[in-house]
Amino acid sequence: MSKTILEVKDLRINFKTYAGLVHAVRGVNFDLKEGETLAIVGESGSGKSVTSNALMKLIPQPPGIYESGQILFNGRDLVPLTDKEMSKVRGNEIAMIFQDPMTSLNPTMKVGRQITEVILQHKKVSKDEAKKRAIELLTQVGIPFPEKRYNQYPHEFSGGMRQRVVIAIALAADPKLLIADEPTTALDVTIQAQILELMKEIQKNSQTSIIFITHDLGVVANIADRVAVMYAGQIVEYGTVNDIFYNPKHPYTWGLLGSMPDLDNDTDELLRTIPGSPPDLTNPPKGDAFAARNEYAMAIDYEQEPPMFQVSETHFAKTWLLHPDAPKIPLPDAVAKRIEGYLAKEAQEND
Amino acid sequence: MTKTGAKKILEIKNLQQHFGSPSNPIKAVDGISFDVYEGETLGLVGESGCGKSTTGRSIIRLYDITGGEIVFDGENVHGKKSKNELKKFNRQMQMIFQDPYASLNPRMTAGEIIGEAFDIHGLYKDKKERRAKIQELLEAVGLNKEHANRYAHEFSGGQRQRIGIARALSLDPKFIIADEPISALDVSIQAQVVNLLKQLQKERGLTYLFIAHDLSMVKYISDRIAVMYRGKIMEIGKADDIYNHPVHPYTKSLLSAIPLPDPMSEKRRQRIQYKHTEVDESATYHEVGDQHYVYGTADLVKTWVANR
Ligand SMILES: Nc1ncnc2c1ncn2[C@@H]1O[C@H](COP(=O)(O)OP(=O)(O)O)[C@@H](O)[C@H]1O
Ligand SMILES: Nc1ncnc2c1ncn2[C@@H]1O[C@H](COP(=O)(O)OP(=O)(O)O)[C@@H](O)[C@H]1O
Ligand SMILES: [Mg+2]
Ligand SMILES: [Mg+2]
Repeated sequence: MSKTILEVKDLRINFKTYAGLVHAVRGVNFDLKEGETLAIVGESGSGKSVTSNALMKLIPQPPGIYESGQILFNGRDLVPLTDKEMSKVRGNEIAMIFQDPMTSLNPTMKVGRQITEVILQHKKVSKDEAKKRAIELLTQVGIPFPEKRYNQYPHEFSGGMRQRVVIAIALAADPKLLIADEPTTALDVTIQAQILELMKEIQKNSQTSIIFITHDLGVVANIADRVAVMYAGQIVEYGTVNDIFYNPKHPYTWGLLGSMPDLDNDTDELLRTIPGSPPDLTNPPKGDAFAARNEYAMAIDYEQEPPMFQVSETHFAKTWLLHPDAPKIPLPDAVAKRIEGYLAKEAQEND
Repeated sequence: MTKTGAKKILEIKNLQQHFGSPSNPIKAVDGISFDVYEGETLGLVGESGCGKSTTGRSIIRLYDITGGEIVFDGENVHGKKSKNELKKFNRQMQMIFQDPYASLNPRMTAGEIIGEAFDIHGLYKDKKERRAKIQELLEAVGLNKEHANRYAHEFSGGQRQRIGIARALSLDPKFIIADEPISALDVSIQAQVVNLLKQLQKERGLTYLFIAHDLSMVKYISDRIAVMYRGKIMEIGKADDIYNHPVHPYTKSLLSAIPLPDPMSEKRRQRIQYKHTEVDESATYHEVGDQHYVYGTADLVKTWVANR
């Protein structure tokens, strides 16, 4: 088994606001192995970005508060590190890619220099060597005419090409961990497919670990080894990509899977939706935060928060439905039918 | 391009919409033709910048078109029109926009936004009547009458898009152009809005031109789909045929890039790259199946059909 590079334990992040204390991340636990991709998926506001920013210690304090928890990166807790200590980790060992490439690019600086600056900051190399490496990186991320592109400004690049430049910058210091927060959400599907292929190739070549945040389950299925489904600041289901897509246990995961149309969907059927909207995190509800939107909610869901139940060695879900005394709820028809379809197609494919 | 039985509500003939200087024009829409039938949903897909919004905006008269003809309900949309004719046209065709944040004035209440067009058209002058109509519209989109007095900024993204839909319905139009109406919303909220659009179509006999880049939602909501690339429609046909039997290499490439929530099939995914072949003057639409048309030269289309 490969080595664990990141372990997050009971991470809790709050924000002080006029409206009260926002409990944005409420006890998150996960780990990540070398060369592995973990996808974090969930509706907007579920705490995906706060979680990933917290790993980089990018939460502004105030208003943010690291209420509790540990972020063990190669065994060392990042939470107590000073800004100065953290700046050695950032970019060097952990790099981040955001949805909007312009948040990471300086519009007034040539692209080449933005890459060499990172290289020079983190590696003991000459300027010429840094330039050579920058051009290699531009080539690696699939930018045509890298020597010419090296001397151009971000505005001379298309959206997809800008995101490639951001990836080149992120890779400049050979990070062990790459955190990508919705890196393809603003891109066209064809460009998205290219970026996903690129990230997988990078990972294969350098054993980088990736945390990939997205709300698109298709993208998750494409890129993830493991998946964490987040809801209202907590991970509610956690498992391998196959656990989550072919054997989902949490009714929220059922809702997410059901609300995505399938290319084979019967178009006369309405899509399954998750009624209502996520709870207000200044005042998280008692019990299971998903109860109010859960058609299978039981009395206990309004009283007591469910623990993480273990489904298999790799698979966990935070729902009282997994308690031995709970009624056995079958998968909703629409979701079950779809999974059967996928499995049947796979069986055919293997014949 | 005919479809038996249904009536054509919209006919687009060789539509061109150019921007910039005439000597060096940006041909945002470069000679497209298609029909829309009463009660159907036509999906318009393609990567950003290919001309989808410009097509929608030209149809609804936000631009003076560069060339071609747009016929709505038997009348030339861009022909000379009196004020009254224009008003009548505006009532019958409405638009829903992508960004529910930008498209609603935050200083207006939901009720004011929904009823804004009533004054222009001299409708529901009686206060009680007006209130009743606004309430009916709010309920039609899954909100309730209490929402009428709240300001746009107090609503979530999904709720705002519902207000945008209620506003588009306020004049009882026949035809709605929805320009990426769900792209800015969360998956579960997207499903709610799409279900709503489907239900309203059934209840009110609406016709939709549904513009999107999310191809799986388009497949789900559309009866027919048109695939656009660089200002031209490359392929148009019934949704099932476009997805299951695409002919144009661009359509195939686009379809090969959609990720599906099925990890095992994703492991096998082979993306098809698209290499554009320039075509000469002889390029036109060729019928390759029932209601299924592909743009290209006769030779190219023959090869594509053979490789289908
Ligand atoms: N700086 C901040 N101040 C107050 N609340 C915040 C701040 N940043 C994030 N939040 C809140 O934390 C919650 C989680 O947000 P976020 O992690 O951005 O969600 P996601 O990325 O899943 O869409 C939201 O309720 C958001 O409003
Ligand atoms: N008002 C305008 N002036 C100049 N160019 C425009 C204008 N509107 C759109 N364009 C250009 O026309 C092309 C098509 O744009 P658009 O219709 O918005 O594409 P889509 O909606 O498919 O993303 C793009 O190259 C765009 O930059
Ligand atoms: Mg986010
Ligand atoms: Mg557009």
